[in-house]
Amino acid sequence: MNWLTNFVRPKFRALVGPKKEIPDNLWEKCPGCSAMLFKRELEENLNVCRHCGFHLKMDAKKRLEVLYDDGRYQLIEIPKVLTDPLKFRDQKRYADRLKDAQHKTGQQDAIIVAEGQMGGIKTVIAVFDFSFMGGSMGMAVGEGIVVAAKRAIAIHAPLVVFPASGGARMQEGALSLMQMPRTIIAATEVKQAGLPYIVVLTDPTTGGVTASFAMVGDIHIAEKGAQIGFAGARVIESTIRETLPPGFQRSEYLLEHGMVDIVVERKDLQTTLIRILRLLGKGSINKKAPLLTGPVPHGARGLRRI
Amino acid sequence: MQILEFEKSVAELEAKIDELRHISDGSRGVNIADEISRLQDKVDKQLRHIYGRLTPSQKVQVARHPERPHCLDYIKVLVEDFTPLAGDRCFAEDQAIIGGLGRLSGRACVIIGQERGNDTESRIKHNFGMAKPEGYRKAQRLMHLADRFGLPIVTFVDTAGAFPGVDAEARGQAEAIARSIETCLSVSVPFVTCIIGEGGSGGAIAMAAGDRVLMLEHAIYSVISPEGCASILWRNASHAADAAAALRLTAQDLLQLGIIDQIISEPLGGAHRKPADVITHVGEALTQALGELLSIDSKSLLAQRHEKYLNMGKTGLN
Repeated sequence: MNWLTNFVRPKFRALVGPKKEIPDNLWEKCPGCSAMLFKRELEENLNVCRHCGFHLKMDAKKRLEVLYDDGRYQLIEIPKVLTDPLKFRDQKRYADRLKDAQHKTGQQDAIIVAEGQMGGIKTVIAVFDFSFMGGSMGMAVGEGIVVAAKRAIAIHAPLVVFPASGGARMQEGALSLMQMPRTIIAATEVKQAGLPYIVVLTDPTTGGVTASFAMVGDIHIAEKGAQIGFAGARVIESTIRETLPPGFQRSEYLLEHGMVDIVVERKDLQTTLIRILRLLGKGSINKKAPLLTGPVPHGARGLRRI
Repeated sequence: MQILEFEKSVAELEAKIDELRHISDGSRGVNIADEISRLQDKVDKQLRHIYGRLTPSQKVQVARHPERPHCLDYIKVLVEDFTPLAGDRCFAEDQAIIGGLGRLSGRACVIIGQERGNDTESRIKHNFGMAKPEGYRKAQRLMHLADRFGLPIVTFVDTAGAFPGVDAEARGQAEAIARSIETCLSVSVPFVTCIIGEGGSGGAIAMAAGDRVLMLEHAIYSVISPEGCASILWRNASHAADAAAALRLTAQDLLQLGIIDQIISEPLGGAHRKPADVITHVGEALTQALGELLSIDSKSLLAQRHEKYLNMGKTGLN
C-alpha cells in the first residue's frame, strides 16, 4: 500500500463515481477450449461446453435435480459428527475452514444424500460437493455414505454414488483414513442386501476416496474426461521425474485399463443409469424369476440328452 | 548406527564408552569399568529423558530409522516354518509386500507385511516398502487363502505409502487398495495387525483393517505424510514438524482416538537400539491378541470387526 492506492485512487473514484457493478459470474471460460461461455446457457447444457464437449464441474443439488424424475427428491439428513476432533490447526484453524465452507456452500459438509424416483425406480443417490473443501472425505462424508447405504437397504433401493473429491480430509488425520474401511463396509452391506451399488466417477476422484468405496461398485461409470486416480499427478511426476502420458488418469484411460465399465457423457447419464438399474433389477427378485419361459429350443434338448 | 539429530549428546557418550571398552581390552583397570558403568547410567538417563518426551516430528524420525527392525526381521525370529508365497496370479510378484504361511507360537497363520529393505540392494528389491497394485493383490490372495483354511492373519505394517507411479496407476492402484481393505473386512478368521514403523495412508490401511491393531510406542500412522501435508496446507514442506504435530499420528494419540487398540512399548532409546527385545515383545503381544480372538466364533468376529470400524470417530481428543 502506498499513497497512490490509499489516497489518489479513492479520490479519483469519488470523482468518476463508483464502478458500475458488472456481475462477474455472467461468463465462464471453458477449461477445455478457452471459449467464453454464457453462464445461463452453460447451466442449461448441464455445465458441458457446447463447443468442445468439456464437462465442467456441476453443482451437487443440480445433479440431483436432473437425475430424479421431474427434479423431485427428498434430502436425507446426515447425523452430526464430531466437529474438528483433533483441534487441527495449520495456517488457519480447521474449525474456521469448516465454517467458511459451510457459509460459502450452504451445506453442512461435502456430501448430500437424497432419495426419489429415477425412471420410476426408487433410488438413493449420494453426491459429493467438490466446492466444499475439495470434496474431501472426513467423518461427515463417511457418515453420509453410511447413511445412504442404510437408507438404500431400508427402502430396498439401489444406491448410486457420485464421488468428486481430492481424497481424505487431512485435518481429521487418521480418523479420515478410517473412513476408507467404514465406507467400504457400507457399500458391502448394500451389495449383501442384493441391491445394486453403482459408482459414477466424476471429475476429480482421487486419493482415499478412489481407493475405497468408489472402486468397489457393482458397476463403475465414469463421466467423460474426469480425472480419476490414486496418487496426484504432481506427486507422481516428482517421484518418477518424467512427464505423464497424455490423457493419464482420465476416464478414457481408466476404461482402456479395465478400471471402469463405461464412460458416459453427462447428457446420457440418467438414461444409462435407468437402463442399467432396470436390467439389474433388484437382485433377490431376479433370482426368483424363471430364466427361460416357453418350450426349450431343439438344440438345447439335444444337448441335454448327451 | 545412524544417529538422529536429537540424540547427538547420547551418541557422544556412547562413543566415549566404546573408546573406554577398547582401552580396557588391553588392561585390567577397575577404574575403567567404573567409568563405563557411570557413563552407561548417564546414557540411560539421557535416553529416558529424550525418549520420554519425543515430539511427534521426532517420532517420525524414529519410526523411519533405517536400523529399526523391519518386517523380515520379525518374521525371521517369530515365525517358524515360514514359507513365502509369491505373486498375484495376474501380473507380477511384488517384493514390497512379503507374505506366506508359517507358525506363530506354534499356530499356523498367514503372515503378510511390507518390507522396506535395509541396504541399497534390498531397498531396491523391495521398492522401499512401497507396493504396487500387484503387491496388494497378492495380499488379497493370501488373505483369501487364510480364510479358506481357517488360518489367522497377522500383518506387519511399515510403509511410506502405496507407490505413486504411472504403472501403478495404469494397473489400478486405487482399486487394488480398495479391494484389499474390502478383503481385510470380509475374511472370517482372526486378523491382527502390528504397525511396526510407518503406517502411511492408504498403503497402510490396505493391510491394517483387522480385528486388533497393535502399534509400537514410537511408530506413526497417518492419513498423509507430514511432508505432504505441510506442502499442501502450509504450502511449504519445511513445516513438516508442525504438520506432524497437527496430524496426531503418534500411537499415544491414536489410542485415545480409538483407532488402535494397544501400544507395545519399545526398549529404552527406541526399537533400533535393541531389536531383539522389541521383536520378542511384539511376538508376545501378537500371540496374546490372537489367543483372545480365536475364542470368538467367526460370525461374531466379522460382526465385531464391522462394528469397530463403523463406530470409529465417536470420541475426539481431550
